[in-house]
Amino acid sequence: MERVPILKIGGVLLVSIQIDLQDQSVLALQEDLAERISATGAHGVVIDISAVEIVDSFIGRMFATIASISRLFDADTVVVGMRPAVAITLVELGLTLGGVRTALDLERGMKILETLGRDRGRTGREAR
Amino acid sequence: MTPRPDEPEELPIRADDDVVRVRQLVRTYAQQVKLSLVDQTKLVTAASELARNTLVYGGGGFARVGTTTVDGRTGIRASFHDEGPGIPDLSLALADGWSSGKGMGLGLSGARRLVDEFDLDTAVGRGTVVTVVKWKR
Repeated sequence: MERVPILKIGGVLLVSIQIDLQDQSVLALQEDLAERISATGAHGVVIDISAVEIVDSFIGRMFATIASISRLFDADTVVVGMRPAVAITLVELGLTLGGVRTALDLERGMKILETLGRDRGRTGREAR
Repeated sequence: MTPRPDEPEELPIRADDDVVRVRQLVRTYAQQVKLSLVDQTKLVTAASELARNTLVYGGGGFARVGTTTVDGRTGIRASFHDEGPGIPDLSLALADGWSSGKGMGLGLSGARRLVDEFDLDTAVGRGTVVTVVKWKR
């Protein structure tokens, strides 16, 4: 089973999915991310799926699960770089990814996390 | 792997990574007949759902993938075979949101929406065969 690497950039964890995901890799990524957020105290997670050719219900559910896990560690999640064909397919499949924040590309995703992080600095982490 | 017309290829679905192989095989065929990128993505996504069903609910089986030509139309036909418990209540299994296991309950109903033709042959205690076709537009 291939593992998806997790990179740390400042307070953000970057996950760039470059492999054809099998279900075991998806589950491993969820566990690895929980460990890394807990260990690093990261305030954000970016999942870059610009190289991902298909998102089925299992992979789609992973985004929602990762977002929920991150929230338990007081971190925000943004999914970036979805291909147009993937977006069309997801909607037809019936997967709305409600509750998962998305951005067009990595740059915008990082900006969103930066803004969220700043707001958090003003109001205090426990105020969220 | 050069697909010849109307000569389907078979792949076992016994483990997790077989699902990935089935996806790749379906994509190869879809590219071969030059389905549009969106149609390729829809078909491969449907195949992924169905191959996972074969593995998780059917206890494993195999996939058969090939090109098909009917009345001058070309498309890809993919079928997913298992000898599992079968589906006792079809209308329930095809309803959105219904799931007997892991997943979101979108597998069958979602896959059906992504293809042009969808056929489900199931018998309790004998297994399930799901066949889908995506035509080139």
